[in-house]
Amino acid sequence: MTVRAAADGVPDAAAGAATDLVTLDAVTCDLGHGPVLEGVSLDVAAGSFTGVVGPSGSGKTTLLRAILGSVAPTVGTVSRRAGVRLGYVPQVEAIDWNFPVTVSDVVLMAAAGRRLRPWASGPERARATEVLDRLGLVDLADRHIRALSGGQQQRVFLARALMGGPDLLLLDEPTSGVDVRTRHDLLHLLDDLHRDGLAIVLTTHDLNGVATHLPRLLCLNRRPTALGTPHEVLTPTVLEQTYGAPLHVLEHAGLPLVVDGPHRHEGR
Amino acid sequence: MDVLLEPFEYAFLRHALVVCTVGGALCGLLGVYVTLRGLSYLGHGLSHAIFGGAAISAAAGLDYFVGAGVWGLGSGLAVSRVTRRRAIGADAAVGVITTASFALGIVLLGLSTRVERSIEATVFGSILGVTTTDMWVIIGVAVVTVGVVVAQYRPLLFTTFDAEVAEVSGVRTDRVDALLMLLLCGAILTSMKVLGVTLIAAALVVPPVIARMLTDSFGRLLVLATALGAASGLVGMYLSYHLDVSSGATIVLLDFTVFAAVFAATGRRGLARVGQVPR
Repeated sequence: MTVRAAADGVPDAAAGAATDLVTLDAVTCDLGHGPVLEGVSLDVAAGSFTGVVGPSGSGKTTLLRAILGSVAPTVGTVSRRAGVRLGYVPQVEAIDWNFPVTVSDVVLMAAAGRRLRPWASGPERARATEVLDRLGLVDLADRHIRALSGGQQQRVFLARALMGGPDLLLLDEPTSGVDVRTRHDLLHLLDDLHRDGLAIVLTTHDLNGVATHLPRLLCLNRRPTALGTPHEVLTPTVLEQTYGAPLHVLEHAGLPLVVDGPHRHEGR
Repeated sequence: MDVLLEPFEYAFLRHALVVCTVGGALCGLLGVYVTLRGLSYLGHGLSHAIFGGAAISAAAGLDYFVGAGVWGLGSGLAVSRVTRRRAIGADAAVGVITTASFALGIVLLGLSTRVERSIEATVFGSILGVTTTDMWVIIGVAVVTVGVVVAQYRPLLFTTFDAEVAEVSGVRTDRVDALLMLLLCGAILTSMKVLGVTLIAAALVVPPVIARMLTDSFGRLLVLATALGAASGLVGMYLSYHLDVSSGATIVLLDFTVFAAVFAATGRRGLARVGQVPR
């Protein structure tokens, strides 16, 4: 995995290497109210696994959208390897849970636009069943999406993203609002997919539950503040630069553990 | 039996019966996409824009379908661009543009001596003066609309549910949006005479909302909303004839009566489906 983040846009010899699926070069994105992402350079290699951490509004979702191509950079370039297939799992908060669709409707949406028929073809159904089976959803295919648990809902949208056989999977806050067990299962699932060769970029707010378990982290506060392994980047200095708040880092079971400093009340 | 057969003595009433039924069905079908996208104000805006176009073509002696069609499509595509950009106050922009078009239409109708229909009939809908051309045009529009909705079922569904991911997955969402706008313009243009400029929005919104209270399946929603729209168009036309009141008003009141009945029968369950209360 080669992941690179630089605020100064210094060229990197690895940029554009044959294994890179997507390369961001000094990307700045402005959605109309000033830049939400500034000077981010990142190489996403085949088979890599990257976590993006940072406070709310630090540009994590915009970074994913820039990789996808749904947000165009105002400065810098995003280059995708020819023919690269991307899968995207949006934040659950972005989904209309009242929309009248079942699990299989959502998964089969991914095959939209190829055939001029409302119903799915045999191979499409077989592929959907295969993906649903892998994610343990096959018995829930006819359920309405709201009649599912948080973890199941997350896996439905993961299934849709996997339908097209992506090279790179992008997930926006996949563990927000789920319980510890569900988070654990989801991380295992992503780890399995990664072992099968899938490249993954995910954003997370969960430093101890998710970020420390990933091979590489990009810390973002509109501009990149650090890039490296959890041990390299989860330090009080980097965290202060990223979150603007003093945080302590302990060691637990060989992994960094980020904790809040004690609260001090003035005048007491 | 006389009550049912009496309207058939007149050719224009036979035409009106077809136009009301097909128009109700078309609005019910396309209304599913309109309501699920949260664009309920769009139908209202488009009918007002098309009315302006209709008045201009009447004043200039142009054919209604050509003049109002071009004007309506132009406004529709402009509205589509505004809503796609998600600009602040997109609904306000739509309101300003389309009501200005409506006001222009009212002024032109007031000034023009060429216009045959009264303003009241145009605004609230009337079954009088429906021509053979009106009937065949709405049948043509309905055939094309059903064909497109069937052939583009999945791209339309994906774009309506989640436009950003649809686009990333290779769906040309700009084309899908333009296509939907084209169909919506066609439906409004051809059913406006009987449904009326101000009441057509209700025909687009109420049948899909009733259907949504009854089902969680997208496919069934399309069929049910279409059937409800057609039924209220048909029955509303009879009521309009026998009570001698505007057809748009009777159709919309019927829609509302069915809504009230379904609401009473499904209660919180129905409301939960349309997302008004948590399950």
